[in-house]
Amino acid sequence: MMQLKKYLGPLNRNNPITIQILGVCSALAGTAQLKPAVVMCISVAVVCAFSNFVISLLRNTIPPRVRIIVQLLIVATFVILVDQVLQAFFYEISKMLSVFVGLIITNCIIMGRLEAFALANRPLPSAIDGLANGIGYGLVLIIIATVRELLGSGTLWNYRIIPETFYQNGYINNGLMVLPPMALIIIGVIVWIQRSANKELQEEY
Amino acid sequence: MESLFDLFIRSIFVDNMIFAYFLGMCSYLAVSKNVKTAFGLGIAVCFVLIITIPVNYLIYNLLLKGGALIWISPALENVDLSFLSLIIYIAVIAAIVQLLEMIIEKYSSALYNSLGIFLPLIAVNCAILGGSLFMQERNFASISHCVSYAAGSGIGWLLAIVAFAAIRERIRYSNIPKPLRGLGISYITTGLMGIAFMALSGI
Repeated sequence: MMQLKKYLGPLNRNNPITIQILGVCSALAGTAQLKPAVVMCISVAVVCAFSNFVISLLRNTIPPRVRIIVQLLIVATFVILVDQVLQAFFYEISKMLSVFVGLIITNCIIMGRLEAFALANRPLPSAIDGLANGIGYGLVLIIIATVRELLGSGTLWNYRIIPETFYQNGYINNGLMVLPPMALIIIGVIVWIQRSANKELQEEY
Repeated sequence: MESLFDLFIRSIFVDNMIFAYFLGMCSYLAVSKNVKTAFGLGIAVCFVLIITIPVNYLIYNLLLKGGALIWISPALENVDLSFLSLIIYIAVIAAIVQLLEMIIEKYSSALYNSLGIFLPLIAVNCAILGGSLFMQERNFASISHCVSYAAGSGIGWLLAIVAFAAIRERIRYSNIPKPLRGLGISYITTGLMGIAFMALSGI
């Protein structure tokens, strides 16, 4: 039970984006629509789980002095794999995400988990930890993307949710939601809600 | 192709790394507690961007691009190594950051004391890798375009982090709802600054 709780931490109490402040960079980019956001979080979860697993396998052979470079190279290899798969099978989405797939390499979630968890734990728990953090990251991404796509273009997963009659009666999409800064404000609101629910997470000043 | 100056101004204000693409948010949030350290990190990012983007531009155009190896021998015309670009860029960035650190330590201890602690952080700053990837995506016509893009992006990043740090020093004295303190208000402030910067997109 304790074990399970530890692994589920990243989903809420120890969420990479809202609590650990890791990986914010790419969190906000692909979130104007739901589809790229889902693709993005699957890619991050996959890269995170596999690189955690591999680093953990190698943890006793990597000399500590060069570990950053080794980690970067392993992560980069997995990111290249993901990038090639996306370009081959989901070309549209890969165009939409453009550089942000490549930026998974420097996503601090992955480096952070490698340093904090994989270097000190056995391969299987590391892989699960990577997956859990990837999912915790994806959760926030999906919430942001849902809000932005629904209010910004009235669709979800490219299907129209807000019916045409609304528009005929004067409903207008909130154009602000499509713009990048709104992602930041939504994430701020998520942090706000989460911290009102969990008082112990609140900061001093 | 737009002029160099246009590109420079555009990359400072309109395509600002932080407000338009959210690159380098992690260090932006972590190192903006006071203006002085924020300025140090900003300068270091500028510095590294101006060096790495042109270097990566040369590597991409002379070695990695499809058909780029033709200057070695015509037989290599069909070789396309661009799938390797990610791994090469990150290696180049890590190497250059390491080199810079050593050079600065040797020749200018004053600069080293102010930049030194930030340099290793920069190797994994997404703004740097992002700059190189945008350079590849936009296909700049010449190396001088790259330099002006790099300088613009760096200065844009510096501007954003210094402005944010200054606001954050003030925020400390205001009465914010408890759950919003710290991280929450930082995100919202950045969002509002982003909206303010969008007013400049007409330039």
